[in-house]
Amino acid sequence: MCNQSVGLIERAIEYAGITTVSISLLREITEQIRPPRALFVPFPLGHPLGEADNPELQTRIMRAAFALLPRNDTPVLETFAP
Amino acid sequence: MAQLADVDLTERLLLKAYPFNRYAPRPGDPVAMTVTPLRKPLSECTVALVTTAGLSSPGQPPFDTSIRMGDSSFREFPGDISPQALQMNHRSWAFDQTGILRDRNLVLPLDRLREMQTRGEIGTIAPHHYSFMGSIIGPAKLIRQSAPEVARRLASDGVDVALLTPV
Repeated sequence: MCNQSVGLIERAIEYAGITTVSISLLREITEQIRPPRALFVPFPLGHPLGEADNPELQTRIMRAAFALLPRNDTPVLETFAP
Repeated sequence: MAQLADVDLTERLLLKAYPFNRYAPRPGDPVAMTVTPLRKPLSECTVALVTTAGLSSPGQPPFDTSIRMGDSSFREFPGDISPQALQMNHRSWAFDQTGILRDRNLVLPLDRLREMQTRGEIGTIAPHHYSFMGSIIGPAKLIRQSAPEVARRLASDGVDVALLTPV
């Protein structure tokens, strides 16, 4: 459900003139909601930025997500390679 | 990797039966079809975080986990808050909460954003950041009211970029 909510909120924010990107933990759901830009991460639910107390991994995921911001061929859905 | 097969049975049956395609973008819906191109380099952008982790700060009412169709309200946090000061009350036990309880940056990475600002990777951190609680089965109010309201607040704060995280 969270992945749906994120997609719906993301669309509203993009519509307000802000460039958005989201993390996805369930590819099947994000593929149906098709928010503007999403980075699918292969981590368990509850772990969108990988691991607790792992700043290096968290930063790499954020950089990979931010790297999708210039893309306008929406919906963008890429996969993070750890 | 999280797959539907990992989610517990009750939640999985709900997810399988749930009409997600009802909320797929429809060609005539401007909200679903709008694309906002990045207007400047990330190093000059104001960045905000939005999560559905169900976070609230100590002075705020926690999310209402008893609403059957889900609590579609949101909580607003100042940009200078320590993420570890936030509490989590999320009604879903479909996910492992222990990581977030140990490190809120797992969902609201304000400390990581500060480091990126120091290194010049982003411009500035937005004055406000937001949390919803994601177990929203009936999202009509989210779509009509609370998501557009957060979007308006972000826009009035001059936010250029928003990063969103589910749990």
